[in-house]
Amino acid sequence: MSANREPFVASGDIPPSPPPSSVVGPVAWVRENLFSSIPNAIMTLAGLFIIYSLLASVIPWLFVNSVWNATSLGHCREIDNGACLAVIKERYLQFIYGFYPEAERWRAILTFVLMVVAVWPILFAGAPRKLFYFSAVYPALAYWLIWGGTIWGPVGVMLGPIIAIITYRILSTVLRGTSMEEGIAGVLALIAAGLAMVIWWLLGVELFDGTVSSIVSIGLPVVESDKIGGFLLSTLIGVSGIAGSFPLGIALALGRRSNLLFIKAISTGFIEFIRGVPLITLLFVASTLLNYFLPPGTSFDIILRVVIMVTLFASAYMAEVIRGGLAALPKGQYEAADALGLDYWKSMRLIILPQALKISIPGIVNTFIGLFKDTVLVSVIGLLDPVGILNPIRADQNWNGIVWELYGFISIFFFIFCFGMSRYSQYLERKLQTGHR
Amino acid sequence: MATISSTGDTNFRIGMLIYDTRYRSYTIQIIALIIFMLAAAWLVNNVIENLAALGKTFSFGFLNDTASYDINQRLIDYSSTSSHARAAVVGILNTLLVAILGCITATVVGVVAGVLRLSNNWLIARLMTIYVEGFRNIPVLVWILITVAVINETLPAPNQFRGADPDASPLLGGMLVLTNRGFYIPAPVMGDMSMAVVIVFLLSVGVMIGFRRWAKKRQEATGEILPLLPISLGILFLPTLLVFFLLGMPITLEYPELKGFNFRGGVFMRDSLIGLWLALSLYTGAFTAEIVRAGILAVSKGQSEAAFALGLRPGRTMNLVILPQALRVIVPPLISQYLNLTKNSSLAIAVGYMDATGTLGGISLNQTGKEFECLMLLMAFYLIVSLSISAVMNWYNERVKLRER
Amino acid sequence: MKVKGAIIAAAAVMAVSAAANAATLDDVKAKGFVQCGVSTGLAGFAFTDANGVWDGFDVTFCRATAAAIFGDANAIKFTPTTGKTRFTALASGEVDILYRNTTWTLSRDVDLGFTFTGVNYYDGQGFMVRKSLGVKSAKELDGATVCIQTGTTTELNLADFFRANGMSYEPVPIETNAEAQQKYLSNACDVYTTDASGLAATRATFEKPGEHALLPEIISKEPLGPLVRQGDDQWADISAWVLNALIIAEEKGVTKANVAKLAADGSADPEVNRLLGKEGSYGEMLGLPADWAVHAISAGGNYGEIFERNVGESTAIGLARGLNQLWSKGGILYAPPFR
Repeated sequence: MSANREPFVASGDIPPSPPPSSVVGPVAWVRENLFSSIPNAIMTLAGLFIIYSLLASVIPWLFVNSVWNATSLGHCREIDNGACLAVIKERYLQFIYGFYPEAERWRAILTFVLMVVAVWPILFAGAPRKLFYFSAVYPALAYWLIWGGTIWGPVGVMLGPIIAIITYRILSTVLRGTSMEEGIAGVLALIAAGLAMVIWWLLGVELFDGTVSSIVSIGLPVVESDKIGGFLLSTLIGVSGIAGSFPLGIALALGRRSNLLFIKAISTGFIEFIRGVPLITLLFVASTLLNYFLPPGTSFDIILRVVIMVTLFASAYMAEVIRGGLAALPKGQYEAADALGLDYWKSMRLIILPQALKISIPGIVNTFIGLFKDTVLVSVIGLLDPVGILNPIRADQNWNGIVWELYGFISIFFFIFCFGMSRYSQYLERKLQTGHR
Repeated sequence: MATISSTGDTNFRIGMLIYDTRYRSYTIQIIALIIFMLAAAWLVNNVIENLAALGKTFSFGFLNDTASYDINQRLIDYSSTSSHARAAVVGILNTLLVAILGCITATVVGVVAGVLRLSNNWLIARLMTIYVEGFRNIPVLVWILITVAVINETLPAPNQFRGADPDASPLLGGMLVLTNRGFYIPAPVMGDMSMAVVIVFLLSVGVMIGFRRWAKKRQEATGEILPLLPISLGILFLPTLLVFFLLGMPITLEYPELKGFNFRGGVFMRDSLIGLWLALSLYTGAFTAEIVRAGILAVSKGQSEAAFALGLRPGRTMNLVILPQALRVIVPPLISQYLNLTKNSSLAIAVGYMDATGTLGGISLNQTGKEFECLMLLMAFYLIVSLSISAVMNWYNERVKLRER
Repeated sequence: MKVKGAIIAAAAVMAVSAAANAATLDDVKAKGFVQCGVSTGLAGFAFTDANGVWDGFDVTFCRATAAAIFGDANAIKFTPTTGKTRFTALASGEVDILYRNTTWTLSRDVDLGFTFTGVNYYDGQGFMVRKSLGVKSAKELDGATVCIQTGTTTELNLADFFRANGMSYEPVPIETNAEAQQKYLSNACDVYTTDASGLAATRATFEKPGEHALLPEIISKEPLGPLVRQGDDQWADISAWVLNALIIAEEKGVTKANVAKLAADGSADPEVNRLLGKEGSYGEMLGLPADWAVHAISAGGNYGEIFERNVGESTAIGLARGLNQLWSKGGILYAPPFR
């Protein structure tokens, strides 16, 4: 009774009642996103049908009826009618390493792990700076690990740049002491340093290798190029191509933007030529013509020749990416550098390139993805990359006639790798965009 | 800077070649020129020495020799008694054929997939994402091998069409025969007077284009919109059909028929052509889809909102407002995709499609041993194609730029 | 001055490296191995096992050549070559000798700048079809789809054959044997044509070899043999005489099993003694050790043994000796006298 006297006073918000189920919840979501109109509904049904028919054929084939343990394709077919994954089980190591000797495979793995370490300071800003030295030494180390032989050869090659730097330092101090003009002295020292490096490479390395090896011989068993194959070969060609094309690409990009007519013409001509022809013709050049361009009697490894051509190929694309980065920099940056009185090289090194390269990174990663995919073309000239390795497998009496399992395996590998890389590049793009636009 | 260097001429010092901006660029260029010439001379000299050591000559005379090999797909007359030059031309035409077919389908696939990826249908947008990512991240060579393998392994062989109760039968009432060696479609057989039909058709195409121009002008002048599609379709087909039937159907279709080992008659599209075409267009289509999507997204939302505010229907908004702006973003990268497709068509060699790489850079190179000459010609061909495509792109860019002002 | 000296030094280096292009044998000895070009994979002739070790008919001849020079059949490296890359690999010096089912023709011998140094297999181009097609003769192949390896003489022979018989055909060009095999098995071609030995080898790897037949026509002569670069007679002689020595060894009954004993004890037959380096200085003439032929024979046996072990009737490939029988036994295998 007494409660009746008191009027209703709300002591708080009335809790909101849930929206009607036609606006939220799974039903509404389905209506909104899948069946919003008649054409939409038709498309949805068609899409569902496609998904169903794909899954209905792939899942039983790949999971339910697949055979993992068999010795030949015929044996597989006897057991079940699904995918004969036994071939993958038997041969996956060849897909990864080619015919790389079993006892030496740890070297390939180590090379790969070290590659991650070497790439870390380049791709991620947070890495310790000192790792850069490791990145610089890495190519020689990787070469030694993969091909084996004595360690002193690669060490000798790496000594080249060091010798060049030392020559330059000594000569420029000595020459500056003389009455020679400073500019001339600098240029002379630079030329001498370059020559010293080339001469060292031509004459000194072999001598150095021979002498030191006879005193302390450190070496790994040699692995021939024709044993290297599979994804190891793809990675090898892809990574060395992109690493080699980086300096070359920067030079070409600067050359193309240069106002020195002749240099601009050479750079543009080179870039347009390489971009105008298919990679496969360049690989034919590597396999058939490159030796003609060398002094008679010299001949070197086919993988090396392919790497050279792939590097040239990638450098043209790299140059265009970097040129894009250079063009994207606000003009004020160039003008500011000039206003500070920096000369061309200083302004490039200290102001322009660091920024231009930073915004080019997504493009560079994309170039790498493209290049990595393109490495399968080396199968056309007879190298045993993942596609090339299909030939010995299918020539095997046990496995001839097998198709889908092998293509599927290769596709999945490339998909995982390239998709991961492209996600990374998109992430970079987003991260970098906020800083610059 | 200018005042300092203007005092220079009287006492020229050698250091000025490097420090004086007037001379420096010349110094650098001359040094570069000398290095370039030396390098080129060294390379050429090596080539000459190597060729001499092998006893080879450098000449294009082999092009007139008999090729003595057969090519399966010929767009012009060719037999094994023709010359290597003719074989090269056959290959070049085959390259152009697959490139043009590929570019057309890649555009269609790309536009459809790109638009659907932006669709508000969740499922379809996801499916298209899967398509795009799947094709973009697997090497095109693998796709080419897979598509050809799909044709070879899953479709019926011609002799399965044989017998009273065959395992396989032609589709669409004999119009389309899918075998694992390729597809057969009916071929038109031109009878008497058939040229008249063709001429009428070509004329109608001209009239239709003229009509559309006129309609556009009229719309700009008066604002009236004609039902364009039915009228242009009518102009396109009615007169042609009329003439066709009046002349007593001079053009007939020749259906493929099973004779001997294979089907005969009709137009035969080989497994290698179909596989290459399909794989190239799906692969390039995936990239095109991304370009189209990016192009549409690049048009700011205000544009479509403004168009809606003006009362334009979604279709017209797309046609009149979004697309013209998006095209400006889309076309340049699209053309470079065409270039990529043309270059990728050289992978034909992996599936035995006889393109320029297969004839000139393949069999002719092998049979004559003229690596230098063959590869030079091959590269020159691809360069010409890509430079022409670049020229088209530059022309387009130029045109778009002019309109912008 | 220093700079000038350096340039002269660099130029001198180039001159030296250019001059070093003299004799293949010296190069080979300096390298310590023979670089041999072989097929990318053809059962019985050249193939790798699961460990990547090369074996086969052609491969054994390569090994014998290496054994003759170094006394070690493993002082050899193999370069797999396709029909397209083989000649350039040899011409560019990437391989020293090519043992890859290569047909000896005039233009290759003369125009391409190579020297064929013998014939290790007399072959001819044949056709393989499914038995279910009911084809009994190659003359019935009008309109057939034919799989063919590109870059080979078979391509040209095929064009000639069909033209000469007024028939049409649909060529399907293929790069490697493995691909051709796949196309043929999936029935994308009616006929596979290549050297008869290659057909037999390919058929042997099929799951059901009995369903496929080789047609009786052999449409060409295909003398397959080793070839080297033109202009180095010593190297050509070595490659020729290693092959001849293996043929003579079969003629004289020198086998892998008895060669060591014969070399130690000598034989009543003076030609055997000459062959095995007991008499004369034939090795020296070739620039090889005196017992070169002993090593070559020890590598894989004499010609007959190599044939039987790799492609002979007891193997899955099951080729008959046929033309490749010794001349004294009805074939045309005939080595010049060893003296």
